[in-house]
Amino acid sequence: MSGPTLFGLCAAVLIGLGLYGVITNPQPLRKILAFNLIGNGAFLLFGAIARRGAAAGFGGDPVPQGLLITGIVVAFSATALAIALLLRLFDESGSTTLAADQPAIAEADDRDPYQSAEKLGVLDELRARSESIEGTNGKTSEIF
Amino acid sequence: MTVTSALAMVLALILLAIAAYTVAARRTFAAIEGFVAYGLLLSIAWVALSSIDVALTEAAIGSGLTGVLLIGAAARLRTTEAALSAERPGAPLRWLAAAASAAVAGGIAVAVLSLPDPAPTLAPAAAEHLASTGLGNPVTAVLIAYRALDTLLESIVVVFALIGVWSLTPDRTWGGRPGPEHAADPNGILAYLARLLPPIGITVGLYIFWVGADLPGGKFQGATILAAMWLLVMMAGLTDAPPISRTWLRILLVAGPLLFIAIGFAGALTAGAVLAYPEGYAKLLIKVIEAALMPTLTLTLALLVAGASERTAPP
Amino acid sequence: MSFFLDIFIVVTVSAGAFFFLAGSVGLLRFPDALSRLHALTKADNLGLGLIVLGLLPRAGGLLAALKLVVVWLLILLASATVSQMVARVARRGGSPS
Repeated sequence: MSGPTLFGLCAAVLIGLGLYGVITNPQPLRKILAFNLIGNGAFLLFGAIARRGAAAGFGGDPVPQGLLITGIVVAFSATALAIALLLRLFDESGSTTLAADQPAIAEADDRDPYQSAEKLGVLDELRARSESIEGTNGKTSEIF
Repeated sequence: MTVTSALAMVLALILLAIAAYTVAARRTFAAIEGFVAYGLLLSIAWVALSSIDVALTEAAIGSGLTGVLLIGAAARLRTTEAALSAERPGAPLRWLAAAASAAVAGGIAVAVLSLPDPAPTLAPAAAEHLASTGLGNPVTAVLIAYRALDTLLESIVVVFALIGVWSLTPDRTWGGRPGPEHAADPNGILAYLARLLPPIGITVGLYIFWVGADLPGGKFQGATILAAMWLLVMMAGLTDAPPISRTWLRILLVAGPLLFIAIGFAGALTAGAVLAYPEGYAKLLIKVIEAALMPTLTLTLALLVAGASERTAPP
Repeated sequence: MSFFLDIFIVVTVSAGAFFFLAGSVGLLRFPDALSRLHALTKADNLGLGLIVLGLLPRAGGLLAALKLVVVWLLILLASATVSQMVARVARRGGSPS
């Protein structure tokens, strides 16, 4: 079996493995990892095709190789954007689950207390409590 | 069976084994370790396929920068692991997923085995006009001369990705410095490495950029090494990430693609087509475009790893 | 002459591969992080050094041979730094993940 065919079949199995990982892993970070596996498998397939086009003294067809370099850089940018989305989801909701109907759990450190109270559904109660405290003029910021 | 084909078979098997481990590992950090090792082995596979430029890019960006990104994310998301492992799908869904993946892999394998023979190739066409571009590396000629439109759009897409990452900043920290504040011991080993390695790294990065005209290399690999040196200095606490509201940062980010577009449209006037280079000026214009794209690429790659801004903007 | 050179290359690269094997076995079998780091340094310093030494005669020029040695020195620097940092975390009792 020649080199390009071997790596082409290897790429096919890599794409299958990556697809299985994307479907069955519940964590978004693992899904991103598996998605990168699919991407690298596709690149490897393209590289095998480039190797088959060796001619004119070159070891491989240079046009697919140039497109592959572009592809690797763009795949990295997409991964960076996906991870930024994931980290923002974690900051907003305190967990990275992709399941629906999850309560929003706000982190307590330096977040805006008004937004945290709103998300936890206790804003009305706190407002009522603050109005009953003398001298606060109903401002919720006084009781934090 | 020759030695080289036996080595290729062993390499392919190890690649598959590490990829399977990356998918099946229990802990996320172990999966990321597997992924980085997989990327480095993939670079060797690229060398086996005679694509040295792609091997350099895969080792630098595909395995190196992506690994840094993933490790940083895994460290921040450490607390969510236990909760999410309860959501693993049951056996029926997993069997279905395995069947679907096997079907996809089988389809692609059939396609690989039925590729046309002799393989169609553009290598003679690329070799024919290589002399007029003044370059010796055909892959660089493809990137910057034959398919210059792809490279131009790619440099813009990378800046778009950075804008996308920045747009995920919460309102209260808009315009601030990306990433956490790294406070390493100024007399520690990491600070020592961050003082010793960047001069060597910058030299190697600029060398790889410069030599890409005639030998394997080029601006993407060189810019990645420069970005890695900057990230190392930031992580050792010797310098801080620039606030994303700084004007000089934004000007440097768009300068490369804008110059590329300007030269491209000037080509419409001087050489008859957009992104065509006039006779005799090809090598000079190519050098100018690559030199202008280097700061853009370096800044963008490093800032993509640094992420959205998390600290409030300085006055 | 080239016969002895080939013997030298085979012996040194095999010795380097043996140290890599020893380092990997140590990584898998040693009980705690510090001893695993100790095993890894054998792979990095001695294993890679022997392989680079074995490749020097076939490097194709003085400049390429110097580049191989620089690669080895850079890997020494990086692995020494990372080993120190991992050892510090391991001694404090934290796990790397």
